[in-house]
Formats: sequence, C-alpha cells, structure tokens
Amino acid sequence: MIYLASIFLPLISFIILGLFGSKLKDQGAAWISASLVILSAICGSMVFYKVAVLGKAEVFHLMDWVSSPTFSASWNLKFDTLSAIMVLVVTSVSSMVHVYSIGYMHHDPSVPRFLAYLGLFTFFMLMLVTASNLLQLFFGWEGVGLASYLLIGFWYEKESANAAAMKAFVVNRIGDVSFALGLLLIYVVTGSLDFDVIFSKIDLISHTQWSFLGIHIQAATAIVLLLLVGASGKSAQLGLHVWLPDAMEGPTPVSALIHAATMVTAGVFMLVRMSPVVELSEVGLMVIACLGALTAFFAGTVAITQNDIKRVIAYSTCSQLGFMFFAVGVSAYHAAMFHLFTHAFFKALLFLGAGSVIHALCDEQDMRKMGGVWRSIPMTYAMMWVGTLALTGFPLMAGYYSKDLILESVFASSLPVSKMVFVVGIMATAMTALYSWRLMFLTFHGKARADEQVMARVHESPPVMIIPLFVLAIGSVFAGMFAHGLFSSQEAFWRGCITILPNHDVAEIIHHLPIWVTKMPLLAGITGFLLAWFMYIKQTQLPLKLATSYPSLYNFLFHKWYFDELYHQMMVKPVWCLGFMFWKKGDQGVIDPFLPDGMAKTVDRFALKLSRFQSGYVYQYAIVFLLGVILLTVWQLYSGVWTKV
Amino acid sequence: MTIHGFPLLSLMIVLPLFGALFILLMRGENAVVERNAKRVALWVSLTNLLIALVTWGQFNPQLTDYQLVESYSWVQQFHTAFSLGLDGLSLPFVLLTTFLTPLCILMSWHSIEQKVKAYLLMFLLLEALVLGTFLATDLVVFYIFFEAVLIPMYFIIGIWGGERRVYAAFKFFLYTLAGSLLMLVAILAMTSEIGTTSMIDITGKTFSFEWQRWLWLAFFMSFAVKMPMWPVHTWLPDAHVEAPTSGSVILAGVLLKMGGYGFIRFLLPMFPDASLYFAPLVYTLSLIAAVYTALVAMVQEDIKKLIAYSSVAHMAFVTMGIFTFDINGLQGAMAQMISHGLISSALFLCVGVIYDRMHTREIAFYNGLALLMPRYAVLFVLFTMASVGLPGTSGFVAEFLVLLGSIQVSGWMTWLLALSMITGAVYMLYLTKRVIFGKSTNKKLLDMKDISLRESIILYPLAGLILVMGIYPSVVLKMSELKVVEILKPIKETSMRTIKQEGNE
Repeated sequence: MIYLASIFLPLISFIILGLFGSKLKDQGAAWISASLVILSAICGSMVFYKVAVLGKAEVFHLMDWVSSPTFSASWNLKFDTLSAIMVLVVTSVSSMVHVYSIGYMHHDPSVPRFLAYLGLFTFFMLMLVTASNLLQLFFGWEGVGLASYLLIGFWYEKESANAAAMKAFVVNRIGDVSFALGLLLIYVVTGSLDFDVIFSKIDLISHTQWSFLGIHIQAATAIVLLLLVGASGKSAQLGLHVWLPDAMEGPTPVSALIHAATMVTAGVFMLVRMSPVVELSEVGLMVIACLGALTAFFAGTVAITQNDIKRVIAYSTCSQLGFMFFAVGVSAYHAAMFHLFTHAFFKALLFLGAGSVIHALCDEQDMRKMGGVWRSIPMTYAMMWVGTLALTGFPLMAGYYSKDLILESVFASSLPVSKMVFVVGIMATAMTALYSWRLMFLTFHGKARADEQVMARVHESPPVMIIPLFVLAIGSVFAGMFAHGLFSSQEAFWRGCITILPNHDVAEIIHHLPIWVTKMPLLAGITGFLLAWFMYIKQTQLPLKLATSYPSLYNFLFHKWYFDELYHQMMVKPVWCLGFMFWKKGDQGVIDPFLPDGMAKTVDRFALKLSRFQSGYVYQYAIVFLLGVILLTVWQLYSGVWTKV
Repeated sequence: MTIHGFPLLSLMIVLPLFGALFILLMRGENAVVERNAKRVALWVSLTNLLIALVTWGQFNPQLTDYQLVESYSWVQQFHTAFSLGLDGLSLPFVLLTTFLTPLCILMSWHSIEQKVKAYLLMFLLLEALVLGTFLATDLVVFYIFFEAVLIPMYFIIGIWGGERRVYAAFKFFLYTLAGSLLMLVAILAMTSEIGTTSMIDITGKTFSFEWQRWLWLAFFMSFAVKMPMWPVHTWLPDAHVEAPTSGSVILAGVLLKMGGYGFIRFLLPMFPDASLYFAPLVYTLSLIAAVYTALVAMVQEDIKKLIAYSSVAHMAFVTMGIFTFDINGLQGAMAQMISHGLISSALFLCVGVIYDRMHTREIAFYNGLALLMPRYAVLFVLFTMASVGLPGTSGFVAEFLVLLGSIQVSGWMTWLLALSMITGAVYMLYLTKRVIFGKSTNKKLLDMKDISLRESIILYPLAGLILVMGIYPSVVLKMSELKVVEILKPIKETSMRTIKQEGNE
C-alpha cells in the first residue's frame, strides 16, 4: 500500500488540481498538493527503509501495456535498492519544493497550474525510477521532459521562456531518439526490454557483433553509445547541454527540483540501471568517462564568467553531472549514485536559497546588482553557506564524502584514461570552489550594488520558504556522513542492483591509495576558495583587469564556448533552408507542375486543339465529311474489302 | 446475446443512406428544415455508432475468417455478389468511421451556413460509402464504394470549401481517380483470369510472379495516391486547406486510411511475392516522405497546411510498417492509422474551433491563446504531444511498434525514420509556441471565448481515446492481431524459400 501511495499521490495531486484548480483558492490548492506530496515523501522514506535498509525488494504488476506475439512490456513498479534511493530523493526534494512554492509563487496568478505541473512531474519521475522495463523507463523519461517543457514555459507570456521550453524539448528529443534506437538494438539482441530478461541474456549481448558501414562493432558498444547520447541529452552533458542554462527561464523552484535534483540525474540513473550492459563495453566506459570529465571542465570554466546567479548554479549542476558521469565511466556506480544522492540536497538548497535571494531583491537575478545584503537576509545567507560548503566538499559535509569517493575511484581505476580524468576532476573541483565562492561573495558581500529603492525593500523570506531550506540544509550536512557507510558497502546494500566486473572493481584498491591522492580534492577546494577570496574580496578590480587583458579567452568563456552560435549556423539554419527549398522548389516547383497540373494542362491543350474542329461552320464540317468519305473509299478500294462483298 | 442472421453490416450502410434520403425529402420553412435535418443526421450517425459497437460485441477476435457475412447474388456471370463481411482488419476502421461521423456533424452545427441540407446529406452518404469500402468482400463492390467516396468528398470541398476550393476539389478528384483507374484495369484482368470477384476466393489463388508484379503496381498506384505517399501527396495540403473543418476531419481521419487498408487487404495477401519484390521501393518512398514532408511542415504559415504535411509524414510510418513484413511493424501500422485518425482529427477540429471564431488559419494571426482560452490550450497541447508521439498517448505505441518492425529490416532505415520523431517535435512545438503561448498582441483576439459545451463534447472523447489507446493499446491491437499473423504467413514462406534458394546456389 505505501509503495503504491508513494508513487500515485503526486498523480492524484495533479488530477485534483488539474480538474478543480480553477475552483479552489490558491492557498487551498497549495496546501492540498503540498500535503499530498509530503504524504508521498513519508511513504517514500518508509519504502526506502523497507527496501534499501531491510532488503525487501518488491515488484508490483499493474497491467499490460504494449503486447504482441513477439514483444511485450507491462506497467510495473519495481522497488529495489536503486529505485528506492531515487524514490527517496524525488519525493523528499519534491515535497520541500512544493512547500517552498507556496511562499515563492504567492503573487503568481496561476498557482494551481504550477503545482499541478509539479505533481505531474513528480509522478513521471517516479514512474521512470520504478520501471521494470526500458519502455516504461522511456515513458517516464519523455514524461519528465514534457513536465520540464511545461514548467520552463510556465510564464508563457515571456517570449524567452517559450523559446527556452521548446529548445529544452527538442534537444532532449535528439537524445531520446538515440535512446530509443538503443532500446531497439537491445530488443534485436535479446527479444525483450525487461531488465531481468536483458540481464539474463548478457552473454548473448557480449558475443553479438554487427558491421555498420563496413566497421565491425560490438553490440554492447553500439548499445552503450546510443544510451549514452540519450543520457547526455537528459543530463545535459557536453554537446547536448545547451538547453539547461536556458531552462533557468522557469520559476526557481522548478530549477531546484527538475534542473538540479531529479530530472537531470535521470541519465546517470539510467546508466547505473543498465550497468550489466555498460560493463561489457570497454570503449563505452572510456567514452563515458571522457565525456563526463570534459563536461565537468567545460561547465566549470563557463560558470566562472556568468553573471546571472541561476545560470552559475545551472552550469555548476552541469559540471557536477559530469562528475557522476565519469564515476560511471570508471565503473564506480555506487559513487555516482552517492553523489547523485548528496547533490540532490545541496543543489536544491542552493537553488532555493538563490530563489530566496531573488525574492528578497525584487526579482533581480544579476549578481552585478547584488552585494552587501548578508545582514538583511541572515537566514538565507546561512543556508547558502551550508549549501556552498557541501558543494565545494568541505570536510564532513555531504559533498566531501561523495566527491572524494568519486575522485579516489577514478584514481584507482585501471581504465586507460583514468589518470587524465583524475587531473581534470581535480581542476574541476578547484573551479567548483572558485565559482561557488565567487557567487557567495558577489551576492552577499562587498558594496551594495542594487539601487536604493530595492535595498530599502530587502526582506527575509517567510517561514514557509525558510523551513524547506532548513530541511534541505540538514540533508546537506548529514546525508554524506550517514549514507557513506551504506553506499560504499557493496553487496549488503546494493543486493545485485549494480554489476561491476571483477577487473573493474576498485573497492579494495581505494583503501590503499597514497595519502596525497586523498587530500588532493580538499587542497583543490581550498585553492579555489582562496582565489575567489582574493579576486572578489581583496582585489575586486582584478576580475575586470583579467577580462580586459585577455578578451578572446574571456569572450570564449562568457559565450559558453560559442555552442549556441555554432548550432544555429550548422543545424537550425540549414534545416530551415532545406524545408523552404523542399516546399517552394520541390512541391510547388517540380511535383505540382509536372504531375497534376502538368497532366491537366496537357489534357487541356489537347482538348483545345480538338475543339477547333467544332467551329460551328457548316462548310468546314462538309469539307471534313467529304475528305472522310474520300479517304474511306480509297482505303476500301486498296485494301480489297470491296471485292469480297 | 447474439443476433444470428440479422444483417447488421448492411444495416450500417443502409441506415445513413436512408437518413440521407429522409433529409432530401424534407420540405418546409428553411430554418425549421435545417434544424430538423441536423438532428436527423446526428441521430442517424449516433445510431450507426451504436450498431458498430454492437458488431464489436458480436465480433470474435479469435477467428481470422470474415464474420457476420452477408451475400446477395448480383452478376452471376462473374460470380460477383454484393457481399459484406467483418474481420480484424476492418473492424477498427468501421469503429473509427462511425465514431468520427457524429463528431463531424456536431462540428458543422453552426459553421456551415449555406445549403445545410445538402451538406448533411453528403456526410451521411459519405459515411455509408466509406463503411461499404471497409466492409466489402467482393472486388467489384469494393471498387464501386472506393470510387464513389470521391463524389461526396468532391462536393464537400468544392461547394463548402475556401477560396481556392474549385482548384483543390479538381486536384483531389483527378489525382485519386487517375490512381484508381489503374486498379480497375487490374481488377478486370484478375477477374478474367480467375473468373470470380470474391476476395475470399482470390486470396487463396496464387498468380505467377510476372502477373503479380503488374497487378501489384496497378493496385499500389491507387492506394499510394490515397495514403498519400511521396511524390503523389501534393493534393492533400490543398484539399485540407480548402475543405471545411469536418471535411478535413473525415479526409484525414478516414479517407487516407483507405490507402493503408488497401495495402494490407490486397497487396500483401494477394501478391506476396511482388510485395517482397517491391518492398525497397516502398521503403525509399516512405523514408523520403518522412524526412521531406516533415521539413516542409516546419516552414508552413497556415495551420491546416502544417497539419496536412504532418499527416504525410505520419503516413510514412504506416507504409514503412506494412512492408517490414513483421508482426510488430504491421500491428504498428494498424495502430498508427487508428491513432492518426484520432489525433489528426482532433487537431483539425481544434483548428476549426478557432477558425469558426476568427475565420483565418494563418499562424501569425494567433498568439497567446493559453491566456484567452485555457481549456482549449490544454486540449491543444495534449493533441500536440500525441502527434509528437509522447509515451502515454496512442501516437507513441504506434510509432514504437513500427520501429520495432523496421529495426528487423535495417538499422539505418530505422534511424532515418526515427529522425522524424525529432522533426515532428520541432514543427508541432513551433506551432504551439506561436499559437498557444506568447502574449496576445492582436486586439481582435481579445474577445475570443473558450470552448463551448458543444465543442467540449467533440474534443474530450477524442482526448480520452487517445490516452486510453496510449496506456492500454490492446483494446485496438487485439482486434487485428491474429488476422495480421495470418496475412504474414505466405510472405514468410516466400522469403524463407528465396533464402533457401540463395543458399543452394
């Protein structure tokens, strides 16, 4: 019962608000949905306790979905350790975001619609994580995409919000198509999309080979690479990351729930879920590790130069997702899940904190117009400190445990690229500290750069917004400390949810790493902090000087490595031109003139010529008649018919 | 409860004809007659829906033979009989037709102002003829119904259409007629060869490979125009743009499906060798259609034209699915036809709703309808998502099954086909972004009212069915499953034979 309740309560919230939202008062709608989702979170925690801690994994069969004689997929709810972790994360963060939204969206005219979307999103996300086959996972996968689309474009009167929503959907779709092709290949090999069946036929996958365009490729590699493109669409990895920063057009609670804590981690979850298959492909693992490292590095460099507070956190999310990806790449699935778990708390905290700042400063998001407000909003300031400490990996905070576990696993891994990834990871850690503290210093310290009217109205957020921050802060502090033991104890906790081949397993090695390796992340963090302090507290002119003395580098970073511009020139424009060409030149220029109109005209012309015969003059008819008679007579005479008669 | 021997199928065809005759004979004051005619048409079509539901109840999906058969001898010389029958292939289309017709009549309640009587008459006639096409089990009967459908549709576009209605009506008529004349030749040839026109008897016969190829091409031409496949698709956008809303609905919802139905009913079981032989041709045309028309849809400025082009792209999934000769592919094609019948109808109805208010279909005219018509916006977005093929809607199930079929044939073809999932998202979302979202800057829009009760009654059932079919598609898939398996048998044998021969060589 509690299993079902944890999944379906958010759906009920969506249905109630969707049907009666306009009749309920805003506050009523808000409390109904918030209490339903809190209830779901309570059930979710119980599920986590039962399944992950006590080990009572269960599968519920709801009903059949697509079935044919050679294929079937059902609606199931699968609760094992992996999905229980996700259920816990999703329901708890979602409930906090619901409560927070009551305060944050207070003045918005369409609160019920907002909360309905949030409920819908939570439901899709839960369907995604509890899927027992890839098709249902895909259902949740595209469903969260829909919810994300609706929420990014929530303020649909803003042109930029609509553009961002559409961009998010289309870029995600590119990944989704690749994901779908991956599913199809899995079906070709195993004849099913059920996790149990796929994993039982793992030998078949490892022995299958295809040739594609003359290149022989392992089935496992092809599948993993296709799934990876799918995962990087959802998890905003380099190449398909372009939608995430724009997604900040949505209300801030959305950014916290969808674009930081839950949806964007779906890619990581999917790869971890598919770990038995991922393990088979050495090439696939290497590509995942490199892609993750590149993303962590890229997003870190961009985050340093951005001025919009939400965009900085968005790039930070992108960078942290890179960490999770390269953890997967070195087969440290438990470390990736651990970072996913802790990251959900502190990143949601940072986003909601940023929302509180934005709220306090009358919807200002530009950090250049903030500063010097820490005394006026002390609670928010304190919470942001906790979040930043956790993100930058301060000892004993959540991020410290998970990030260290990842970096140690990377160093210990025998993957050919692992040392390079380690170096990039350390650099990204330093950058994480730099941009996080830059954000803190620019936002709260220094001179107040907002105008006086705004400064006069700076106020602390109401309790309904502060309490969720507080709950998440507790998570950010303790999630690492307490869950560390669980996540790193292999079989006792995971119970077969993740598969690591023996030669990829680093669990033993990381206990015997040299001391400098284990201290490197902390050192990098401190370096980043000192740099930020020097540049934004001590020598505040330095950033500007750097930017003006290296304009090309600065512009390159500030314009996010010119990805958007590149895609516009290479993809959007040509496709549009092609569409016009097919329409004007193809349909209207070639097909119509030749086929229907052409044929019609030929008939027309022919008919016109024929019609000349019917001139209406008797003498013309008479001549034709005469000619006919003569011709007939001549023909009859020569053919000899006459004589026979 | 069973109704043995009761001619349910001919009742379904005769009832609308009877209704049409009744409307024709109505006399009296214009306003009264029009009001009564509307009611008669609605009730007749609703009764027909009820009869269709009863036949569904009578239908046994475990059998692959024709059920509820009726036969009245006609031209004994050629063993031609007026014979009707229902099987797993025709039942979904019968249900779709009888479901959409009342919606069409309701939709034109206020929007048709001239010659109302004649309009309703045409619609009932159209329903009868379409049902006849799907139910016929004799080639001659099928051909007559198939061709006769053109007549009421021609008038619906030509009389009640937009500005360029005459051009569109002629284009539609000539294109489709040119295609089907070849089919007539083929039918005559088959009849003279075999001496019967009964489809049941013909399906058992095998023609020589040479014959099969010619007959296949003749039938193919006719159905390809109907589908429509690239490059004979250009009549469709024009016909849709000019047709009145309910004309578009029936055109996209039912008439296009006669092409796909024909492929499965005739080409596969009667000419299995030729079907295998020509499959690459079909793949090529389908893939061109999927890529080409999707790109064309992207740049359209007229809502109806955009949806019309998207129809061509969606129909490419149908042709592709059918010629994968795979159970999933074929079932996917069936599902895609039904699903597209619901989704495109819903979209055309949505266009109709705003066209009735503003009398323009130009995308640039509309803006920010979400604020002005919230319930309309919800439905529009739902239908958009169904068209995009979001899981949970009927569109996804259909497209996924087709892809499952096509991956068995070729990887890169599947990839090309899957690309249209991206382009589909682009043109539908771009449309939604411009029409539904944004800020209404156009002052004329400000007094637009949200959907009325009548419009809700039309749109909500469609939304419901799209979701039901997306969440539990077995409702539809189970009808045709066994029949499809049976149709695929001879093709499987042929392809096994060729593989063996190649092996021996």
